[in-house]
Amino acid sequence: MKSEALSHIRICDFTGQLAGAGATRWMAAFGAEIIRIEDPVRLGKWDVLRGTSPFVDERRGHEFGGCFNNHNVEKLGITLNLRTERGKELLTEIIAVSDAVTENFAAGVLERLGFGYDRLKEIKPDILYVSNCGFGHVGPYRKYKTWGPIVQACCGLTFTSGLPDMPSAGWGYSYMDHHGGNFMAMAIMAGLIHRSRTGEGQWIDMSCTDAGATMLGPAVLDYTANGRPLRRDGMPNSNRSQFPAMAPHGIYEADGHDSWLALAARDDRDWNAIAGLMAIDDRRFDDLAGRLAYEDELDDAVRRWTSALDRFEAAAELQTLGVPAAGVAKPVDRIDNDPNTEAWGLWPTVTHGEMGRVRVDGIPAHFSETDWVLECGGPLLGQHNRQILGGLLGYSDADLADLAAEGVI
Amino acid sequence: MAANELPGALAGIRVVELAGEASAYAGLLLAGMGAEVVVVEPSDGHHTRGFDPFLNDEPDPERSLWWWHYNASKLGVTLDLGKEDDRDRFRSLVATADVVLESERPGRLADLGIDHDTLRADHPELIWVSLTPFGRSGPRSQEESIDLTVLAAGGPVWSCGYDDHAIPPQRGGGNQGYQTGSIFAVLSVQTALLARDRTGQGQFVDVNMHAAANVTTEFGSVQWLVAGDEVQRQTGRHAAVEPTTFTRALSVDGIDVNTGFPPRSARDFSVVVEWMESLGLRDQFEEFFFLEMGAQLEEDLHLSQVGQDPEVTAMFGAAREAVRFIAQNITAYEFFIGAQERGLAVGIIYSPEEVLADPHFKERGFPVEVEHEDLGRSFTYVGAPYIAPKSPYRIRHRAPHVGEHNQILEALS
Ligand SMILES: CC(C)(COP(=O)(O)OP(=O)(O)OC[C@H]1O[C@@H](n2cnc3c(N)ncnc32)[C@H](O)[C@@H]1OP(=O)(O)O)[C@@H](O)C(=O)NCCC(=O)NCCS
Repeated sequence: MKSEALSHIRICDFTGQLAGAGATRWMAAFGAEIIRIEDPVRLGKWDVLRGTSPFVDERRGHEFGGCFNNHNVEKLGITLNLRTERGKELLTEIIAVSDAVTENFAAGVLERLGFGYDRLKEIKPDILYVSNCGFGHVGPYRKYKTWGPIVQACCGLTFTSGLPDMPSAGWGYSYMDHHGGNFMAMAIMAGLIHRSRTGEGQWIDMSCTDAGATMLGPAVLDYTANGRPLRRDGMPNSNRSQFPAMAPHGIYEADGHDSWLALAARDDRDWNAIAGLMAIDDRRFDDLAGRLAYEDELDDAVRRWTSALDRFEAAAELQTLGVPAAGVAKPVDRIDNDPNTEAWGLWPTVTHGEMGRVRVDGIPAHFSETDWVLECGGPLLGQHNRQILGGLLGYSDADLADLAAEGVI
Repeated sequence: MAANELPGALAGIRVVELAGEASAYAGLLLAGMGAEVVVVEPSDGHHTRGFDPFLNDEPDPERSLWWWHYNASKLGVTLDLGKEDDRDRFRSLVATADVVLESERPGRLADLGIDHDTLRADHPELIWVSLTPFGRSGPRSQEESIDLTVLAAGGPVWSCGYDDHAIPPQRGGGNQGYQTGSIFAVLSVQTALLARDRTGQGQFVDVNMHAAANVTTEFGSVQWLVAGDEVQRQTGRHAAVEPTTFTRALSVDGIDVNTGFPPRSARDFSVVVEWMESLGLRDQFEEFFFLEMGAQLEEDLHLSQVGQDPEVTAMFGAAREAVRFIAQNITAYEFFIGAQERGLAVGIIYSPEEVLADPHFKERGFPVEVEHEDLGRSFTYVGAPYIAPKSPYRIRHRAPHVGEHNQILEALS
């Protein structure tokens, strides 16, 4: 069973890693036919996630990368050696029946392979081409290669996470690979909507650092309108609230190993509830201005209450009083022990050709009519050669055997 | 037509957005793509107009930079949904809409008789996207929640912070919990529009911010799902099961850089050798010998050999130290450009405002001037996430004043 939402769309897809694979992952979950093309000579290992940890068991190699499976669910995988003329011809045939071509190689790679936008248009005049790389295809840094942490550094996101007079804590994962993929999906769907209205294709040049920088708007305006940079004394101090001002607003020690509790007072009502519960009686904290002026003392007072308590029990007590609070969830808490993620079906199990049944990230939106479906794991290398080259393009099994023998697939 | 005058991809689509802290970014992105986004707020202005920072630090509903940023390109109308007349107007407005976007507490709109269930019968083609902290129906759907708690409960916070675990884990800045939810709301709108092209039918979409945070933590989730391992936070690098070594260096101008993956190929070793020599740093770097050895490699170093084979370990360690040593001896920008021009993927840790001053972002047209004719000047905003020449994403105009476009409502009756 597939979702019907995007079942009318076919994508000739070179995306990988996470910043690209994440884009077509969303679309695959909603039923688009994603034909992911990999290089048989390098066993698809341009995508480093094909062979890297986590692993389900002791088996290793290009069919066992846990992240590859996670990021490529519901896609079809074929191999084409684009160093060969025959490989290029087959690619041309696939492009001719696709709605879009998508990739996140370094800028210029697809062009060097002979499939720049001009060539794509020759093959299919209304093709949508969406490229995604760290700095886009225009501008002095276009040739620069990036991974998530590099993108996050250069777009301002890393800087926003951390404490004064300390190095940046940054994002402890490739936040902008997730959103690089999501913004790329946005660009693809925007291009498809435009095409369905006008019949017109185009080349959309997506840059992960641009996308990341759109996520820091108020801080940028504070500088451009008020001249107040975020790089200043005392900043960032990321567990405190930036905009809007709130205090207390932080992550406080709780009882137990590496246990933490997040809580905040949005307004005086929240504060009064907190002060009552924690028995904090200090006139300096009566209004927001006072709480901000004495925020260190305020945090100490809050910590005196939180540090003796279980993080989830303390959060529940605060919630009863209508105060926003949450225990800092460890993976086990939110994946195995959270009734809400379970009720949502957030961790569906897919079937992968080698790894078997594996849980993966679900989709954080449910559609009433055409909901997502995640059942098939990421494709094995060339798993769908027969379905696509045979079924879609009409080559016989004998042809496929020849192509394999010639090193084309 | 000049590219900057072309309509966007969502031209002709009307989105009615109930002003909300979490959904504001979704509305902004949809408006940037060319949808006509009508943001609905109470007649005395939405409470986010009270969010700082304010222009020149003067609190005023028309001077909130938070409001300016998140509501650029939108049209603004006022309706007091507590009043029956205004609820009728809201119903008429919805009748003209393709999409409703809201982040109300589950149950509120039903109580007012203006929820999707009530309105759907008359508008089968309507797409309704609801963005809430925990989704509409789960056991936690009534919890109090803000950006901080979404990120704490949803996984991101666990992975961010310092090697020293006596320091609390960190929540990155910029309201990313809300924005992550908003991004999925935008994908939902687009997906539902494409589905409607085929079927003619609208639908209801329930977007869950806590779930959104949960599925955007990379290894934090996948490591657990696949192998049952818990990642641990580390200063400035990926939270991991096994500790990894540094990727950060402080350059001479006091700005941090990310030094990326250490060199592993002969080519990368040679460029580090050449770079060190050209900077005159060769004699100050004791392990230079191992870099020259790396430049002779016939095969790339394999990470699995590091710690096993002493020569590989020495070369790998020297390469990592060499890149850091270079960074410590030049400015952050020189390091960033110098490394990247040599094919080494490193980054400069910019603060948000520094991004807009960078020549690359300028050449891409990323910083944009938005006219505030009411103040007689323009301000520089962050621009488009991608360049789409035929259906440009752009900021169309400044955010609306309270009730500025109420004529839209008059036209309904
Ligand atoms: C991820 C990245 C750093 C990897 O760098 P890389 O391994 O050097 O890969 P490149 O993209 O530069 O090049 C891919 C190569 O594979 C080749 N290739 C890919 N598919 C092929 C196929 N089917 N047949 C033949 N060759 C193929 C390309 O021709 C290219 O070779 P070339 O450089 O000799 O032309 C780089 O791709 C990049 O910057 N991408 C954009 C940003 C991004 O998405 N980063 C990942 C974030 S998760």
